[in-house]
Amino acid sequence: MSKPDTSLQRRIGYSEKVIEHFTNPRNVGRLEDADVTAKVGSVACGDLIKLYLKVDEKTERIEKITFESYGCAANIATSSILTEMAKGKTLEEARKITFKDIADELGGLPKIKMHCAVLSKTALDAAISKYYAVKGKAKVDDTLVKLLLRGVLDPITGVDILSSKTVESISVQDREVTIGLRVDEKSQVAKELENDIIESFEGLPVNLKIVFKGSGNTNK
Amino acid sequence: MIYLDNAETTPVDPEVAKIVLEYMVEKFGLPGGEFGHSLQEEATEAVEKAREVIAAKIGAKPSEIVFTSGATESNNLAIKGVAYHPLCRKRRVVTSAIEHRSVLDTALNLRRLGFEVEVIPVDSEGFVKMDRLEASLRGAALVSIQHANQEIGTLQDIKAIGELCRERGVLFHTDAAQSFAKEHIDVKSMNIDLMSITSHLIHGPKGVGALYVREGVELQPLIEGDGRERGLRAGSQNVPAIVGFAEAVKRTSPEDAAKMRRLRDRLIDKLLQIEDSKLNGPRGDRRVCHIVNVTFRYVEGEAVLLQAEMRGLICNTGSACFGQRLEPSHVITAIGGTHEEAHGSMRLSLSRMTTQEEVDAAAEILADVVARLRSFSPLARRRGG
Repeated sequence: MSKPDTSLQRRIGYSEKVIEHFTNPRNVGRLEDADVTAKVGSVACGDLIKLYLKVDEKTERIEKITFESYGCAANIATSSILTEMAKGKTLEEARKITFKDIADELGGLPKIKMHCAVLSKTALDAAISKYYAVKGKAKVDDTLVKLLLRGVLDPITGVDILSSKTVESISVQDREVTIGLRVDEKSQVAKELENDIIESFEGLPVNLKIVFKGSGNTNK
Repeated sequence: MIYLDNAETTPVDPEVAKIVLEYMVEKFGLPGGEFGHSLQEEATEAVEKAREVIAAKIGAKPSEIVFTSGATESNNLAIKGVAYHPLCRKRRVVTSAIEHRSVLDTALNLRRLGFEVEVIPVDSEGFVKMDRLEASLRGAALVSIQHANQEIGTLQDIKAIGELCRERGVLFHTDAAQSFAKEHIDVKSMNIDLMSITSHLIHGPKGVGALYVREGVELQPLIEGDGRERGLRAGSQNVPAIVGFAEAVKRTSPEDAAKMRRLRDRLIDKLLQIEDSKLNGPRGDRRVCHIVNVTFRYVEGEAVLLQAEMRGLICNTGSACFGQRLEPSHVITAIGGTHEEAHGSMRLSLSRMTTQEEVDAAAEILADVVARLRSFSPLARRRGG
């Protein structure tokens, strides 16, 4: 598409590289032969990333990585650069990428958009941990469940549902994962949260149970 | 560049600019006392002539027009001017959920002074719920409800609201910044007591506006000093801007408004041809002539806005992700829109200078940008499967 517009950079505080990645995002779209996907963020917050990873099983190197995004320019740019940074790395190398690395690689991000880099990093971590669990190389444990829940945002406050204390309890026993929410089943956000949580566990060999406050529960 | 952000501001008409310059460089006097020198008299005459032009446009008397720095100041003067007046005994102010920030914040801050402030909700098209309004009038000093909404273009029935307020002995202020000199306004038949208007939305200079203050309405001034503007707004008048404001008013016409209305509807039709789009605000005569607001699902407004700008189209968005706020448009959420709908809402606003070619090109650019962003949006696919 067109060349980066310098007046836009000045006005919004985006670096040339952010604008460039936003204008010509790399590695976009669905990856049909992905081994694992990870979706983080929320529609309500206007910040959503889905990563697709194809990993060489022997070397544990990321062969292919693509993303889909519903979000602002910074969301698109951080996802785009992250795919470039992670591609070709082993899972352990990729895991070491920090949100600051992502921002630095883009030549910086406006403070108000730093959460986009954090969200991209969360997506990558979730994808890597899910890969290990899917391949049976790691157990589905408390740590993984918490990591995945960090990728689900509370639509009201915009922070992850652990930080917002929306999650009341987590229980992991073998393949039974039960998540208790401090949300009324009838509340406006209940359905949205449920879908987001189910999607973030997609592909994992677990039986997911979401329990709302008061009455009822949901089996996946 | 296609400029469709005329509800934000408009370019000054070059003919208006010429006159403004003349009053800056040559006729630079300031209105003076009764026995002013020739430059002062020239300025007095120019300002009073401008007052007549603006008064005539809304069916007011020239003495009922107070020049200010713009609609924000006018809104402040109207609301605080009523509430702060020593003779104001009623401690209640009523406004609506979709007002401009300069009305909403000013009204809400009166709570700190012990006022009761009632914010009337609106329906899904942005119309104030009249039964709720009626029920809120008891003991109210002032009702402040806008004419045209700045984001979704809803035109309130201010005649009905004015009538209701007059019957109940409540002062009625309306913020007419977006509708002034575009839609028909007659302050007398509409029972308006106070009305805010501005110059920069009708191709006049920025930094000037006015407050219509019906004869007999008492206000406490916010800026005191030299007694100018009937003692309601002290300080040297911005003569060049005032003269330019009046010149801009003279250059507005019902024909131009009709043209904008036609292009507005053409643009709405074209944008709604884009899949999964939704018009915010009403259609037809109950919508101000220049504002279009459409939500495109599965995409986020800042991304749309920036890509559109790279393609030469300037418009606006209600998304939280744009600018320094991180909260979505209070107008879209007030009409019952979800946060997602606010994030994907785009405002395009016309002026009399907007052409059909520009409107058509803008619709094409937006269709392309939305399609491109949707091609990698994880939400867009959900529809199919």
